Amino acid sequence: MTTTTPNQALLDVDTLRADFPILSRTVRDGKPLVYLDSGATSQRPRQVLDAERRFLETSNAAVHRGAHQLAEEATDAYEDARARLAAFVGASTGELVFTKNATEGVNLVAYAMGNAATAGKEAARFVLREGDEIVVTEMEHHANLVPWQQLAQRTGATLRWFGVTDDGRLDLSNLDELVHERTRLVAFTHQSNVLGTVNPPERIVARAKEVGALTVLDACQSVPHGSVDFTALGVDFAVFSGHKMLAPSGIGVLYGRRELLEAMPPFLTGGSMIEQVFMERSTFAEPPQRFEAGVPMTSQAIGLGAAVDYLSAIGMDRIAAHEHALTEAAVRGLGEIPGVRIVGPTDGVDRGGAISFVVDGVHPHDAGQVLDSLGVEVRVGHHCAWPLHRRLGIPASIRASVYLYNDESDIAALLAGVREAQRFFGVDTAARTASAGEGSQP
Amino acid sequence: MQLESMYQEIILDHYKNPHRRGLREPFDGESFQVNPTCGDEVTLRVRLDGDTVQDVSYEGQGCSISQASTSVLTDLVVGHTLADATKTMDAFVELMQGRGKVEPDEEVLEDGIAFAGVAKYPARVKCALLGWMAFKDAVVKTDQGVETR
Repeated sequence: MTTTTPNQALLDVDTLRADFPILSRTVRDGKPLVYLDSGATSQRPRQVLDAERRFLETSNAAVHRGAHQLAEEATDAYEDARARLAAFVGASTGELVFTKNATEGVNLVAYAMGNAATAGKEAARFVLREGDEIVVTEMEHHANLVPWQQLAQRTGATLRWFGVTDDGRLDLSNLDELVHERTRLVAFTHQSNVLGTVNPPERIVARAKEVGALTVLDACQSVPHGSVDFTALGVDFAVFSGHKMLAPSGIGVLYGRRELLEAMPPFLTGGSMIEQVFMERSTFAEPPQRFEAGVPMTSQAIGLGAAVDYLSAIGMDRIAAHEHALTEAAVRGLGEIPGVRIVGPTDGVDRGGAISFVVDGVHPHDAGQVLDSLGVEVRVGHHCAWPLHRRLGIPASIRASVYLYNDESDIAALLAGVREAQRFFGVDTAARTASAGEGSQP
Repeated sequence: MQLESMYQEIILDHYKNPHRRGLREPFDGESFQVNPTCGDEVTLRVRLDGDTVQDVSYEGQGCSISQASTSVLTDLVVGHTLADATKTMDAFVELMQGRGKVEPDEEVLEDGIAFAGVAKYPARVKCALLGWMAFKDAVVKTDQGVETR
């Protein structure tokens, strides 16, 4: 970087990039890597890799089993990671369940609810019947949509959803109408992985509480990028993934209010999650163990704990401010290129760092290929939000997503790459006519 | 430069001026194919005259590779017997799945050899094969389909 702006002064990107070995590699014939796909998965700093390695080289054992010293150390490290995670998201330790990923977290709740009908009186509050309703939104990632479609199918409940406005905001104008006394559950994303739109949990949670519906928050795109306090938000459940917040893949988190986890029947059953086992029946452990059947992901959890330490040391508010500045620069810069349309809010209000757009006359796949040839790694396609793309009338989009290790030179590379894609595909932005892209794209 | 090796002029020409685009009646078999990773889709119809492919018509939306590949497909199979079309299809599929190591036969694949560069990009191979999978499926759905299997 050759310029110093106030934004960069906030976060010393040059220094922290040195923690991420992968960011110094080149791609596609020597092009410096410009990584703008953290919305899909983030890169991991040495501190996280080292923590995993250190654990595996010194204390590796199966947790919550055995009484030898390694088992003790491994269990302590695993539970210590849980405690750090809990503090990070404003929860108590018993309210966090380690899962494989966020998708498993959503499925855990959905299947537990599906199991509730045969799980006794305690689980009655989770039972869904015909006539009950589940409410989602049209901007959900498939992970927070398909499990609820399936649950509705299994129980006879009806799936309903909030729409999305033309400018990419959640349409809550019919909140009271959509969430009513028959609504049993409202599942929604904190921040859209496509639009970047940040939704207001407080409003939705308040209405859900009025009618006695449970709430499930998809926090995959919010927890990695700013301060999030589940208890303060008042949601009943929330999920997020480790790999989107500098941690390993294979580890995710389900948050559930203690009282709910205590009453909820298990999803996966087997070892670790039991209290007593007889040949004909079993009783189950208290949460969170009740929901962690089998030997869990251990080094991954330790890695996630180290990622939380790394992020906390920098400060989530600083990270959020840094990303906000980059997002505004990207949205502004893209908006200035003729023929580029931002998919999502074009102002910086309640907007995170997922910046999706389309280029008239150039299919997203092709634009992504040009960007890739320049070393700029973005996501193309529907980003696991197909219904949202359908709603917006586009088959696919290009998504750049920023994180703490990105800087303004990355945004400049993105903008230059988009212009190059237009040039390569002969989209004359100065004199675009209806003939451009004829026979190709609508 | 890499980009030109993928986006040969022939491909860009077919993309900008696709051959036989549009859905036409009558037809003997139809197939809808979608690439779930990117949302590209194609609806393709086959019209047969005995065991000869009389027409291939299609509509869809997708990237330059998928659109151009479908356009090239129509050039390669229309007017040919199903047996020949199947041979051509097999050659094209082999080329695309060859990770850039298969030498294409221009006698068989004509404009299709332009896709040799695409084969080096595994993420784009599905794009190039979308229309071909639709053709294969549409043929199966015709009365002749059984005989070509």
